[in-house]
Amino acid sequence: MGARSVIDFEPSDEQQLIVETLHQFAAREIRPRARACDESGALPHDVLHAAQALGLVTNALDAAAGGDGDGRAVTAALIAEELAWGDLAIGCAILSPQLLALPIADHGSQAQQARWLPAFQGERFVPGALAVLEPGFGADVFAPATRAQRDGEAWLLDGDKCLVPWIEGGEHVLVTASSEAGARGFVVARDAPGLSATPERNLGLAGLPTVALSLQRVRVPEADALACDDGRSVRRVLTRARVGLAAAAVGVARAAYEIARDYAKERHAFGAPIATKQAIAFRLADMAIEIDAARLLTWEAAWRLDQGDDAEREAALAQQQTRRVALEVADGAVQVLGGYGYIRDQLPEMQLRNARGFACFEGLALV
Amino acid sequence: MPICFELTRNTQLARDHFREIARTRMRPLARKYDDLEHALPTEWVSYAWENRGRAAQGTDLSAPADGFVQVCIQAEELCWGDAGLYLRTPTPGLGGSAVAAAGTEEQKRRFLTAFHGDGPPVWGAMAITEPGAGSDSAAIQTTASPDGDAYVLNGTKVFCTGGEGASQHAGGFVVVWATLDRAAGRAGIKAFVVPAGTPGMQLVGLENKLGIRASDTATLVFENCRVPRENLLGSAEVKPTGKRAAGDPGFKGALATFDASRPIVAAMAVGVGRAALECLMQELAAHGIAPRYTAPRAALSAIERDVMEMEAELQAARLLTWRAAAMMNRGRPNNLEASMAKAKAGRAVTRITQKAVELLGPAGYSKKLLVEKWMRDAKINDIFEGTQQINQLIVARRILDYSSAMLR
Repeated sequence: MGARSVIDFEPSDEQQLIVETLHQFAAREIRPRARACDESGALPHDVLHAAQALGLVTNALDAAAGGDGDGRAVTAALIAEELAWGDLAIGCAILSPQLLALPIADHGSQAQQARWLPAFQGERFVPGALAVLEPGFGADVFAPATRAQRDGEAWLLDGDKCLVPWIEGGEHVLVTASSEAGARGFVVARDAPGLSATPERNLGLAGLPTVALSLQRVRVPEADALACDDGRSVRRVLTRARVGLAAAAVGVARAAYEIARDYAKERHAFGAPIATKQAIAFRLADMAIEIDAARLLTWEAAWRLDQGDDAEREAALAQQQTRRVALEVADGAVQVLGGYGYIRDQLPEMQLRNARGFACFEGLALV
Repeated sequence: MPICFELTRNTQLARDHFREIARTRMRPLARKYDDLEHALPTEWVSYAWENRGRAAQGTDLSAPADGFVQVCIQAEELCWGDAGLYLRTPTPGLGGSAVAAAGTEEQKRRFLTAFHGDGPPVWGAMAITEPGAGSDSAAIQTTASPDGDAYVLNGTKVFCTGGEGASQHAGGFVVVWATLDRAAGRAGIKAFVVPAGTPGMQLVGLENKLGIRASDTATLVFENCRVPRENLLGSAEVKPTGKRAAGDPGFKGALATFDASRPIVAAMAVGVGRAALECLMQELAAHGIAPRYTAPRAALSAIERDVMEMEAELQAARLLTWRAAAMMNRGRPNNLEASMAKAKAGRAVTRITQKAVELLGPAGYSKKLLVEKWMRDAKINDIFEGTQQINQLIVARRILDYSSAMLR
């Protein structure tokens, strides 16, 4: 950074404006649809299209990639927190175009950028997808078991992926696979021969359609492979994904905490709001402290990415803390609401199911 | 000013400067003065006194500064060296903060000049806690009675950090909290500057403690101890909160000094925690163990997980601390954030140091290393300048928008 910067933890005025805009969108458009989306397993597509008008992809890309945003991971983390605060499933859906757009902008050739990026910046919402998680126990996203083998001027992909967001209307999915030169990203058409998608049912994130992908000799032209750079490109994508999910986890935690806090001030027991009891008040205080701490770790990882650092350590620590905090806070919210926290009229039970997912989510949001 | 996690060049220079002092001047004395408990650490005191105010080489005074964050970094570095010695450093201490915050220009001159002079080392201290009143500082029993041109103090103060230095070495002073009118509750509580050697102020003992043994934790008895009226900080008027004249800090003002001191205590905690974590990681590295940050969770050993958790907790505490300090740079109220930092740091570092002893096994438990000492030193940070529970209470009141009457 420039010599004039001093250490500081407040978003710029411009970032603050973005946060406020997205917060209003999340409160008005996303939150009221969260429960129905989770129950029905169907995304509110009108909300996704309304979100497209916010120009998130264009704002996420800098001028070099045809956007008009600052291209900063810190800004993206602020956005992801607000959207996930509204609802994790709908928020991830709204952010899904970036799953393709950001890696293409970072690691795609000019021709690839010109070919794929405009679709995400039009009036129509075009979802993206990233396939990094694999189903085996102890699978390592940094060293995918999915293989990419040379076949003349093309590649053949073989392997299995899971928890891949699969929203109606998408045309491509970015698949990571190991080649001889290291892990690499491939842009694969959803209808490519050899690619089959099986819908999943999971503990949470029910509103976001996800699939298990099976790839059997899926042929991908060289022109559709992103830069390999000895595997560094995929490492970068995965690190940005960890920070993106960390920000989303902070958003889920904050949403659950606020519901618990407001409930505790309303709900009376023994003649007073339960928030006036230290057992409740201290638990809420701990939630607030942990959420702020987790957010600062997330911002630090994002800021390091923006400096061009690999930020792998910071991203890992942020991921580890945010997934713990999201779970503890969501669980605490269910507890504060008691029986009301357990029933599906209220959001905390869903937030608890969603929060547990951060233990395994990878590649559902990028900064 | 955008979000920025990088220290200015000046702060980096200061950090390196204090890190070197901690490494060469404090660490070699750490075990000695832990063993000697109450002895004056003369090597450290003379070095610190002779070099007070010396800035790091290359500091550019015209460059932008990290301000209060730099103060926290100094505390972290020196407590990485030794927390007990840090607390024994000849400075105006918390008493000085009270004089600086609530004193008149004349009072600042009178009480703080000795700290900039050529004389022998001097100390300042703050005496609030009493045998029957700790966190509940409004319940203090020490009285101050007007008598002619003086106030007469009577009562007992305990757990006074730096109390020996401040009460026994000419030029120093103790800021004593006492009530002018018990019936008025907290509105009656005022702060009085009692210079070292004032008749009636008696050092009756030093505590034997779990840790920070180099720090003099004093019991002071005040028996008809007369101080001039000009030694009262703030106004003598006893008025309920809210009806006080502008500029009179009163009880709330005295509490506000905690908003400045709590981030420093949090930073101290981070310094001790970092010492233990670094030592642990060096020992592990010697055995070929280093955390693999990008490995799948299932592939990590329990030790790797523990270490990563400790690293994250330490950095989380540090960032909350720096945020509370950066807010002071901006002139923002930071009562909530200061307590968040203090609560998190006290808790995190207690856990980190205890875990370090555990993971190192007999080596961690042995006095051959300093890790067992850091575990003992760390714990005080979860107690003094507001216990974990008091800080939770403050955070809870803030986030719930409850008064102290609504959340007791």
